Amino acid sequence: MSAPAQPLDGFQRALDLGLSADEYARIVELLTREPNAVELAMFSLLWSEHCSYKHSKLLLKTLPSDGPRLVMGPGENAGAVDVGDGWAIAFKVESHNHPSAVEPFQGAATGVGGILRDIFAVGARPIAILDSLRFGEATSERSRYLLQRAVAGIGHYGNSIGVPTVGGEVYFEAPYEQNCLINAMCVGLVRTDDLIRSAAAGPGNLLVLFGASTGRDGIGGASVLASAELGEADASKRPSVQVGDPFEEKKLMECSLELLRRRTLVALQDLGAAGLTSAVPEMASKGNVGIDIDISRVPLREADMEPFEIMVSESQERMAGVVEPSRLNQLLETCAHWEVEAAVIGEVTNTNRIRVFNGPELLGDLPLDVLVDGCPLYELNPAPAPNPLYPPPNATLESKDATATLLHLLASSNIADRRYLHEQYDPVVGSRTIRRPGCADAAVLTLPNGTAIAIAIDCNGRRVAADPYRGTIEAVLECAANLACVGAQPLGLTNCLNFGNPEKPHIAWQLTESIRALGDACRALEIPVVGGNVSLYNEGPDGPIYPTPVIGLVGELPDPTRAGRLGWAQPGDAIGLVGDFAPHLPASELAKLRGEPLPDSLPEVDIAKVQATQLAIRDAVRSATISSAHDIAEGGLATALAECCLAVDLGCEVTLEEGTEPTELLFGEAPGRFLISGPETAVAALGQVIGHVTPTALQINSADTQIDVPLARLREAHASLATLF
Amino acid sequence: MKFGVIVFPGTCDDIDAQLACARVGDAIPLWHADHDLQSVDAVVIPGGFSYGDYLRAGAIARFAPIMTEVIEFAGAGGHVMGICNGFQICCEAGLLPGALLTNDNLRFVFRQVSLDVINPDTAFTRSLERGRPLSIPVKHTTGRFYAPESDLDRLEQNGQVVLRYAPSQNPNGSLRDIAGVINEQGNVFGLMPHPEHAVDPLTGSTDGLGLFASLRDSLSGSLV
Repeated sequence: MSAPAQPLDGFQRALDLGLSADEYARIVELLTREPNAVELAMFSLLWSEHCSYKHSKLLLKTLPSDGPRLVMGPGENAGAVDVGDGWAIAFKVESHNHPSAVEPFQGAATGVGGILRDIFAVGARPIAILDSLRFGEATSERSRYLLQRAVAGIGHYGNSIGVPTVGGEVYFEAPYEQNCLINAMCVGLVRTDDLIRSAAAGPGNLLVLFGASTGRDGIGGASVLASAELGEADASKRPSVQVGDPFEEKKLMECSLELLRRRTLVALQDLGAAGLTSAVPEMASKGNVGIDIDISRVPLREADMEPFEIMVSESQERMAGVVEPSRLNQLLETCAHWEVEAAVIGEVTNTNRIRVFNGPELLGDLPLDVLVDGCPLYELNPAPAPNPLYPPPNATLESKDATATLLHLLASSNIADRRYLHEQYDPVVGSRTIRRPGCADAAVLTLPNGTAIAIAIDCNGRRVAADPYRGTIEAVLECAANLACVGAQPLGLTNCLNFGNPEKPHIAWQLTESIRALGDACRALEIPVVGGNVSLYNEGPDGPIYPTPVIGLVGELPDPTRAGRLGWAQPGDAIGLVGDFAPHLPASELAKLRGEPLPDSLPEVDIAKVQATQLAIRDAVRSATISSAHDIAEGGLATALAECCLAVDLGCEVTLEEGTEPTELLFGEAPGRFLISGPETAVAALGQVIGHVTPTALQINSADTQIDVPLARLREAHASLATLF
Repeated sequence: MKFGVIVFPGTCDDIDAQLACARVGDAIPLWHADHDLQSVDAVVIPGGFSYGDYLRAGAIARFAPIMTEVIEFAGAGGHVMGICNGFQICCEAGLLPGALLTNDNLRFVFRQVSLDVINPDTAFTRSLERGRPLSIPVKHTTGRFYAPESDLDRLEQNGQVVLRYAPSQNPNGSLRDIAGVINEQGNVFGLMPHPEHAVDPLTGSTDGLGLFASLRDSLSGSLV
């Protein structure tokens, strides 16, 4: 047998690296030659879904991304909004799903590390982390293992680096069994004048790599792991998962922030997916310059690394900066102070090309208009699935008794008390946290100008699966409701769009509908999308995940002392129900427990009406005319009442009007409804008074149903999560 | 009254400790690589993960240049408060008895706990309201206080057990519910709970402030 011809080699290698035959042909056509091995490795990463957004970019362009408070929009490492007096808040959410499915501890830990770097890469000091997690049912041993290790990994990184984890959410649903979701959000604080961009500038300026040395970890993470479906051989992909070192990142963070404070840098970029291969061309492309990089100057962890390995390594805790030659000594001094290694590895040029050298030897020479801008953008071919995509869940609840149903709901994995998880995170370091997890519907942190911000993260994937458009509208409204309950007005939104394989028409349809809804909701609520992340190919052998557009919302409240709480304040206070009251059972938590299939759609949402209710709640909290506010979500009214009781160890007695079917009334779900408590006149002014706060039991009276449960029994049911581990 | 708050690479609660100290006096940071305590009146070794807490919590920090000065300062009767990682460092440095081991559930734990003040007559507790428990958060993976039984007996007899977790509040399996101890001379105090995270009604309780205020009162002689 004769050896295959040279071009076939390159072609086969391109396919192995995840490029399509058409994409390889396009590279050859645009370059007018075959790429060599190093160049091909760079193309395979920059043209991967993870780096190029080639299946989502055209849709994402439709999102509203401007507003009066926006100071940094999509395209930078993180977006930022103005919070007054020269301060800005930078924030972003990002996924680390596939690494975490393969190695949950390091996958989750480096997910946190990566999002932290995105925030300090724009010059902001990280002040809060939130996480959004999805696993298979809690009855599954694998899900419990993934959860425990992922939570430990998030805690390990966030706690060790001294950034508080102030909130988050976790859902357990069978479609995430093979493909868990680990999304992490970081929020940072920065003087608006100190925001820095990643665009390289000034030919002759130096490219400096600082932070950890470069090793073989994480090679191919973005292409091998993040841009393909998960399958049988995933254990063998463990070497593609990066390993995190929060101590190194803590030093790197302090060092970077000091460099920015001293105005040493022209540009700053973190090294994440695809390492140097992604960071360097991005910096050059944004600045409309070129960069020459010499890999022989990259500090290595292992001596015998191949050139392409150095270019694509995803070793964590590294940053790339551009510095004027006259400032180099200042940079080296600062790095030495923080015991951070730094090396000049390249130079800004005016060539609009990336040239990769190994000492004197030229290894690759690529024009940026091919490498960065040449990646094809794909139009999707959306079509709803002809048959239901997701099998009905296993029924776990037989009883029709209202009390038994409530206790079962409180003990169910999606509603049970999250204390077991929250206790593994430090929510207070930094001395800004006014509302810790479990105290209010959103986290609240003080700002140096005497005001505060509120942060919420949410998405009910089951409802998005039932109706991608309305489910996504609901997710945005849910976050806005959480903010309203602490008295905050939304300023900006970030998102992480977790979906299956977009090359399949039914997934393309979910994605298209969801992004359409996100745009509509943000336009209606006048919230700019400041940036986000897309994670596709979230499928296992048994099918796709529930479509999960995780929404992260940041808002402001003028007076931190009036930040709202979810728990009742004192016995005797009136309890009120606010908002249009039209709960439905399909796609609810109860429907899941009863094993009911997903409906074909969700009821229409009147965004303007919901928004008006939210404004009323927000203003009442801000003016302190009411004592507590809680949004009615999973598990419906009865569950929300129990949550208000358990947050503070007080009971309630309420009477519900006849007219609605009692199960729907108690456990049905719909957006735009709130439970409040406080003085009767204030409560009556906002909604319908349904009862009052009592010392020790939850009592609900309606036409033919009566619930009367002591708090201790509610608490026992609600504490079920801890008993699983 | 000037507090010095030590900053190692990996220290996380240094700003918080400075903010807490600044509520009762002046506070400045002290850098781990320096050999100068800058004439501070008291030293706070704050929480965090000094040098990543690699090897063993506090084991590397104990050899930092600044610790030579801290040990000398303490030897001369200077007042030192070690919080969480600072407590671990003080134990590693031999400034305090006992050791901190991994929590009995092997996990990081954050919890607002209730503490009983066992010895209200130390330089760090004298201004606290007598008999009232303190609500202060803990947050650590390595906080289970351990010492041999005979040492524990001696610590109790000497009044060196300053803080205990209130009944049913022990978050980590510490022997005899010990949350904070003082050296025999009464000038070095270590505790796992974080009083610097209990100084502001906006962000939590204010029960931790009394520990800082006690130290100020002791050193300024305003409380005889």
